[in-house]
Amino acid sequence: MSADRAYLTGGRMGDGLARLAAEIARIDAGFADAGAQAVEPAALQPSGPLLGLYGEDIRARAFVTTDPVEGELMLRPDFTVPVLRLHMQGGAAPARYRYCGPVYRRQEPGSARPTEYLQAGVEILGEADPVAADAEVFALIREALGEVAETAAVRTGDLSIAFAAVAGLEAPERWKAALRRHLWRPAKFRAVLEGFGERPAPTPARAALVAAANQGEDALRAHVRALGPLHGARPFEDVLARARELAQDARMTLPRGQIDWLEAVLAVKGPSAEALEALRALDVNAALRPALDRMARRLDALGPGAETLPFDASFGRGLEYYDGFTFEFSAPDRPGLPPLAGGGRYDALTSRLGFVGALPAVGGIVRPEALLAASGGV
Amino acid sequence: MAGPASDRSADRIILGLPSKGRLRDACFEWFAERGVTVEGTGAEREYAGRVVGVEGVDLALLSAGEIPKELAAGRIHLGVTGEDMVRERIPDADAAVRLLAAMGFGFADLVIAVPDAWADVETMADLDAVAGRLRADLGRPLRIATKYHLLVRRFLRAQGVADCLLVDSQGATEGAVRQGAAEAIADITTSGATLTDNRLRPLVDGLILKSQAHLCLSNRAALGPARAARLDALGEALGLGPLASARVPQ
Repeated sequence: MSADRAYLTGGRMGDGLARLAAEIARIDAGFADAGAQAVEPAALQPSGPLLGLYGEDIRARAFVTTDPVEGELMLRPDFTVPVLRLHMQGGAAPARYRYCGPVYRRQEPGSARPTEYLQAGVEILGEADPVAADAEVFALIREALGEVAETAAVRTGDLSIAFAAVAGLEAPERWKAALRRHLWRPAKFRAVLEGFGERPAPTPARAALVAAANQGEDALRAHVRALGPLHGARPFEDVLARARELAQDARMTLPRGQIDWLEAVLAVKGPSAEALEALRALDVNAALRPALDRMARRLDALGPGAETLPFDASFGRGLEYYDGFTFEFSAPDRPGLPPLAGGGRYDALTSRLGFVGALPAVGGIVRPEALLAASGGV
Repeated sequence: MAGPASDRSADRIILGLPSKGRLRDACFEWFAERGVTVEGTGAEREYAGRVVGVEGVDLALLSAGEIPKELAAGRIHLGVTGEDMVRERIPDADAAVRLLAAMGFGFADLVIAVPDAWADVETMADLDAVAGRLRADLGRPLRIATKYHLLVRRFLRAQGVADCLLVDSQGATEGAVRQGAAEAIADITTSGATLTDNRLRPLVDGLILKSQAHLCLSNRAALGPARAARLDALGEALGLGPLASARVPQ
């Protein structure tokens, strides 16, 4: 029905709308009390930054349109990137923002997921003490859930541990870069990782290329040039450079123990205190120590009960840009509802978006419609 | 015969066939081999025709690219088109239509191809690695020219290939690389000769879809008892068995 909205029957007029508006006002007041200023990014965003961040995949998930002057535009699929763009236009000083409005997601045909739903969120940018900011955002979101927080299921994670584990591998930097690039795509990540281990014999074409590269610069150039002309944006020198790297790679394998170690780190899950102990036990070369120390301080900052918060070292790997603490609240007795709230740290996002200077940042959102549905407001 | 004049159009079923060219002729032959005569009426360029030998079937001669849309909308009950067109033009193809029979013509492989000179790229994993380099070193995405946006995007996602930009190319796609509009292409090929002529080479695991012409059944076209009986009769005549019950419930 046209009066329905995501996860709610009604809610676009009359009492249903009034209840939703009151819920949003309550959430917003909590974020305002924390000193966050209200922002309202445009619903239509230039597609460039979103494509740069998510890749071509975003076209399948966002509604795309074009303006004769502004070019390709997308209906915002979330608030984080639009809020960051607003922030950067006003300078890069530390700031706290709050917002509420609809986000738009294209869905596969037949999907029951909504194409439009509300997000109410808070973002803390540039805070001097990241651990305190993580704990503060977590507390703000938990408070925003009101009474539902008491029955909600919680998941937490920390992707900085995964990044530290990749950095701790005894492997060339470019192998680590390839793993970092796919950290948010676990299946591909595993394929890349396994590919650094024992490999099948190369194809004849690959063997010939490696042989040419090993013979020297002139042989390699002649080998590539003989294949044909090169068009498009990829430079000839890049073909040669990657060929040389492949020749080096052919002489190396990542030991099985290293692969197993990384997979063991990523597989750790359990109550936070136990997970921390398990990770400490795996951290034989101290590669994870700064990340684990940070996790320990965060457990302190989160306060009583934090030691039993469910922790999963891979949680957040489906969520694109998170690179630190991650969390999510869901209603276990309402399997039809999406997570009611979630968030995390995304320190590298600003530089990935091409903004000058990295800006540590953490944020979270609540889905007010799903929250109202979970609290019996259907 | 087109059925008795009293036959109500609500009781008739519609078969959509490509309106011209080799595809149309191959369709006519395929039906004729199974004892169902499908023929154009009047002039070669007149897009009307009839089905002889089975009662109550109307023929619609349509642009081949339109047939998937007509099937998905339920405006035709049966249609002939390439599987590539079905899967590209109908996002929920498996729900909307049923591929009844591979017809043995209209073969086309949808492949991803790169320049011959990319000595280091043989697999989708190589392509992904090069996409990463272009992004990191040149700050730009690897562009793939195609008209099969849906199929290519889904394939890239399934392969874990990140960060390729699809650029639209509605024809002569093999030329897009030479023109500097893209680094790679995704297009259909039959013999591979056009790729070779344009100094392009398919990736060894870059086969997205092996396509050929299919007789397709719309799961969405309205079907009363009279139409169901006619659909079944046509199915039996073609040796495909009853068709009405073969539809995927909506």
